[in-house]
Amino acid sequence: MLVVNDAPTTLDLEPRVSLLDALREHLHLTGTKKGCNQGACGACTVLVDGRRVLACLTLAMQVEGREVTTIEGVGPHPLQAAFVRRDGLQCGYCTPGQICSAIGMVAEHRHGAASVVTDDVTTTPDLTPEEIRERMSGNLCRCGAYNGIVEAIVDTAPAMAEMAPALTPVPA
Amino acid sequence: MTTTTPAPAIRPAAPSRPRPHAPESGPWVGRPVDRRDGPTKTTGTATFSAEYQLPDLAHGWLVHAPIARARITAIDDAAARAHPGVLTVLSHLNTPRLKPSPARPSLLDMSTMVGGTRVDYLGTDEVFFDGQPVAVVVAESLEAAQYAASLVQVDYAPLPATIDFAAAAAAGRATPVKQSLGMPTLVGSVGDADAALGRAAHVVDLHFTTPGHNHNALEPHATTAVWDGDRVTVWDATQGIDWFRKHLALRFDVPVESVRVIAPFVGGGFGGKGSVWAGTLLTVLAARVTGRPVRMALSREAVNRVVGGRTPTRQRVALGADADGRLTSVIHEAVLRNSPVGGGPEQVVGASGDLYASPHVRLVTSMVTLDLVPNTFMRAPGESTGSFGLESAVDQLAHDLGVDPLELRLRNEPETSALHHRAFSHRRIRELLHVGAEAFGWADRTPGGRRDGSQLVGHGLALAYHPAWEFPANVTLLLRRDGTALLRCGFQEMGMGTATVQAQVVADALGIPFDAVHVDYGDSDLPIAPNAGGSTQSASIAAAVLRSAAKLRRAVSQLHQRPGESLAQTLTRVGRDVEVSVGSDVGVGAAATSVRFIATTLLNQRRWVRAASGAHFCEVRVDADTGEVRVTRWVGAFDIGTVLNAKTAASQLRGGIVMGLGLALTEETVVDGRTGRIMNAGLAEYHVPTHADVPHIDIHLLDDPDPTMPLGVLGAGEVGITGVGAAIANAVFDATGRRVTDLPLTLDRVAP
Amino acid sequence: MRPVDYVRPLDVAEVLTLVAERPAARFLGGGTNLIDLIRQGVERPDTLVDTTALPLAGIDTALGGGLRIGATTRNSDLADDHLVRTRYPLLAQAVLAGASGQLRNMATVGGNLHQRTRCPYFVDRESPCNKREPGSGCGALEGIGRSTAVLGTSDHCIAVHPSDMAVALTALEAQVELTGPRGTRQVAMGDFHLAPGETPHLETVTQADELVTAVLLPPPSLGVARYRKVRDRASYAFALVSVAALLDVHDGQIRQARLGLGGVATTPWRAHAAELVLVGAAPTDEVFEAAAAAELAPAKSLPDNAFKVQLARRTIVATLRRLRADGSAS
Repeated sequence: MLVVNDAPTTLDLEPRVSLLDALREHLHLTGTKKGCNQGACGACTVLVDGRRVLACLTLAMQVEGREVTTIEGVGPHPLQAAFVRRDGLQCGYCTPGQICSAIGMVAEHRHGAASVVTDDVTTTPDLTPEEIRERMSGNLCRCGAYNGIVEAIVDTAPAMAEMAPALTPVPA
Repeated sequence: MTTTTPAPAIRPAAPSRPRPHAPESGPWVGRPVDRRDGPTKTTGTATFSAEYQLPDLAHGWLVHAPIARARITAIDDAAARAHPGVLTVLSHLNTPRLKPSPARPSLLDMSTMVGGTRVDYLGTDEVFFDGQPVAVVVAESLEAAQYAASLVQVDYAPLPATIDFAAAAAAGRATPVKQSLGMPTLVGSVGDADAALGRAAHVVDLHFTTPGHNHNALEPHATTAVWDGDRVTVWDATQGIDWFRKHLALRFDVPVESVRVIAPFVGGGFGGKGSVWAGTLLTVLAARVTGRPVRMALSREAVNRVVGGRTPTRQRVALGADADGRLTSVIHEAVLRNSPVGGGPEQVVGASGDLYASPHVRLVTSMVTLDLVPNTFMRAPGESTGSFGLESAVDQLAHDLGVDPLELRLRNEPETSALHHRAFSHRRIRELLHVGAEAFGWADRTPGGRRDGSQLVGHGLALAYHPAWEFPANVTLLLRRDGTALLRCGFQEMGMGTATVQAQVVADALGIPFDAVHVDYGDSDLPIAPNAGGSTQSASIAAAVLRSAAKLRRAVSQLHQRPGESLAQTLTRVGRDVEVSVGSDVGVGAAATSVRFIATTLLNQRRWVRAASGAHFCEVRVDADTGEVRVTRWVGAFDIGTVLNAKTAASQLRGGIVMGLGLALTEETVVDGRTGRIMNAGLAEYHVPTHADVPHIDIHLLDDPDPTMPLGVLGAGEVGITGVGAAIANAVFDATGRRVTDLPLTLDRVAP
Repeated sequence: MRPVDYVRPLDVAEVLTLVAERPAARFLGGGTNLIDLIRQGVERPDTLVDTTALPLAGIDTALGGGLRIGATTRNSDLADDHLVRTRYPLLAQAVLAGASGQLRNMATVGGNLHQRTRCPYFVDRESPCNKREPGSGCGALEGIGRSTAVLGTSDHCIAVHPSDMAVALTALEAQVELTGPRGTRQVAMGDFHLAPGETPHLETVTQADELVTAVLLPPPSLGVARYRKVRDRASYAFALVSVAALLDVHDGQIRQARLGLGGVATTPWRAHAAELVLVGAAPTDEVFEAAAAAELAPAKSLPDNAFKVQLARRTIVATLRRLRADGSAS
């Protein structure tokens, strides 16, 4: 039993089935993309209890009892419109992962997270384009729509911070 | 209806012009309207080829040969077959053979260009490259198929293999290629370039290497296929619906009409989805053998092993100049590689015949044949790597002469192309240099770089150049009495914004609002679109749209159109819808299209040099201690002819530049020279640029129609990547004084 | 992926019983490395024991002024922790330098300590690798070697240890707490990872029936510290060289120096030889150069990775110079 996009969902799966394949093949939620299946591209990014994770390296069993949010469950979200307005996409294959990742990233920032480009990690820096680029680097875009993605996030980050749920601690 | 409408009228050159941008009215062409596929892609509802749900769907997985050349001596698939859920294991031992791939591509049938390889997959016991699929497991679940594939035991008798590119090239095993009619420039000579080089006051003579690259579009190649008797429907990640359809019909020995290919959305291609590779063929084959709908979504590793990439290159660029820096000799030699089962030359040297004035030019391309997966088109094949050599050498010449590299380029701006003495249809490189330099602040830089703390800051400049081509395209265009229009054309939306820009073209051509135009695409049941390749699609389809609109206007004018009445008003008044078609998909009409295409291509080539062009300006920061290079500023000024949509065009150009950053700094397909095995067949170790590698990229567009191309469009998909490698290498030279001639510019090559 | 059993025990005792019964079981933390390796056929467990429901997550002040970091603490929680950021910024920097935001949200501290090499011959089931298949040979010794190690290598293995976090933990002189059927023991970070020698498949001292339950940090040292990671692209890439450095200068003399190196060695590398040169000396460029040279003197390189020796030397010196500047500014 898990909750997918607010809907309690029961799945009978082999343990080896990844969350990504459970979403795509069993729940037919194909908005979450498979780009590498090895944690190297970010296309499969979903939110689990509000945190961004990679569905390809998560077994479906591992999220039992947790809340999973996919691109099908985030909207309508101002970031989606901003991606279109800023042309932060071309082929569209990395786009759902970029959007889910950005939502999780802004929540992390609101929670106070620093990054490796933060000069003083005891502080929480502003979400400058440089900070956004580093924090979004786990999401590859081969079409090279990075400029538009960063602009869309800059446009939307203040509104997103208002919307972002407080991050829940990892269940013990 | 069939048509023999003459080619579109040539538009006169017009100066760059501001366009009125009323929110609800035209003209629509050029306006930065949002891409139409945006909402479906940002909500996850755009469906890609591995995402179609079919009842009783089975899953396929490839078994790859881990050896470059061999014969299969035995296959033991018992363990795989015993794994729960496995339906079958297909190999050459039990699978009906496909018909052979066309031996030679022909301009008369463009679908012959998309063979990928000539390997008779699952029809031969012979292995031609490491990674070649030798078996396919079909199972009820993805997990079962993938795991069972690892249980298939294949024994091989090794055969001698040639795999080391550098060694083969150094051993003089390269064979010069001949220039084919109608193809991009690979070979050419004017004057006596070697003698002129010997007499030159200034000489730059540099050798360059560039490695192989893989496309690594974010969507791995995937196919879903279902047969119904002798008819098959194929959802495929393809850059060319029609050519794939014809190729599949040929290989599976069924009429073309029996094959339907569906591909509205493709998750990036860059040339990698421009040919029919093993995954597509073997999915269709598995579906036929099992009688089940089969899906095969290749793993990232499989994509890198079964789909070819960009050839590595070894280049020599020698420039001779007089005391004033005017070129007297240009020599560009390139060694590339192909494979015994496919691949071909890339136009590495072509731009060196066009870009600068020189009385003496010699261009040579030669190939070594290696037992590796064949090379294939990848974004600006040849131009992307060749421009690294040429534009680095020009920069070095400027440095040696003590002349600003921008000034040196202005001094060598040609009146006609140096190699062929042909007129340029359109040439705006002087303007591009001025526009780019102004935006960048080129004049304010410190030549020779400056130091900022632990970083060395440098600036670089290089030209971008990509030939413009056009292919035939068929469309139907319907204008309804309610004022809405429907354009139907079998292209796929791969990120270029094709549906959006063609709706803009239709809106202007019919005088109706953009939102009134609907575009149907992504299906071989629609009129034929050309492959998305060579930066040709926008111009090619726009030409057909313009012809269809003209035809539609004529048809409406025969419906007693009143003076001052718009087309839509006439239709409303008479209560009619009118549909016209351009081009024919079958029979005499299709043959006529082919003949006309070849004639037009050859004629255009003799009359003009046509190309998109650009000027890149960049700033790099090099860590003085480690040699890490980071690109911190970028200005690109481009002449892509008419700008159909300022937003999507800029995105295309930025995308090319971003891929160029990868080419310059990080990308390399690493082949173990002992085995022929790609050792970085994944995105963790094949380093494409991340967000953090990419600065803001400032794009400037001249928006000046080419007088010889449909609607004045020159193409934007590839010109962006050309010159990027050189711009960065030149900036690194400016910062560090090191001329790096081997890509990628990794820190060990740059470090002091 | 091969079929596998999955269990998610709720307490450590249950875990120990489970793994005693199932020697081919593997602990699953975030899965960021293990799931990929199982899918590649490199790891072949019959059971996955998910550790993340164990009561092991969290960071607490330890007796004596140090920190106790629970083994299932996620990397991002470690890097976000106020105590870690203010008292051990070196560790926060190192964790933030690794992987991506998504992967750090998944990865656990215990899993990171058992992270396996990304040597291309190790992760490719078709290539020879003594670490994956003992006795099969080393594909990297005469193969593609840009990523390989120059320190701590053997004739059997030159695979580099990939972790950033562990390099910082080494410099911080952390202790690893292991819990097994015989109770709990602590192992110094410097002793936790094993050099390949003739047994490259043995990577840590963790026994099959033991579970890492915590990492213990001693009280913070005086001085300034910094993690510098050098890599081929700006983010989301493994280190070519990384330096975790701590420098305490007092009255023109180095009172304490600790250096960890990543990207160049088969284990998270403690640069003892360099530290010996530094401690007691004046913080001059010459001393920094001598320290780096002393550490890298035994380096064994191949044509493909020879650049790492110079790169490591330059990065060590540059990082120490930066710390000298940081220290005099504070």
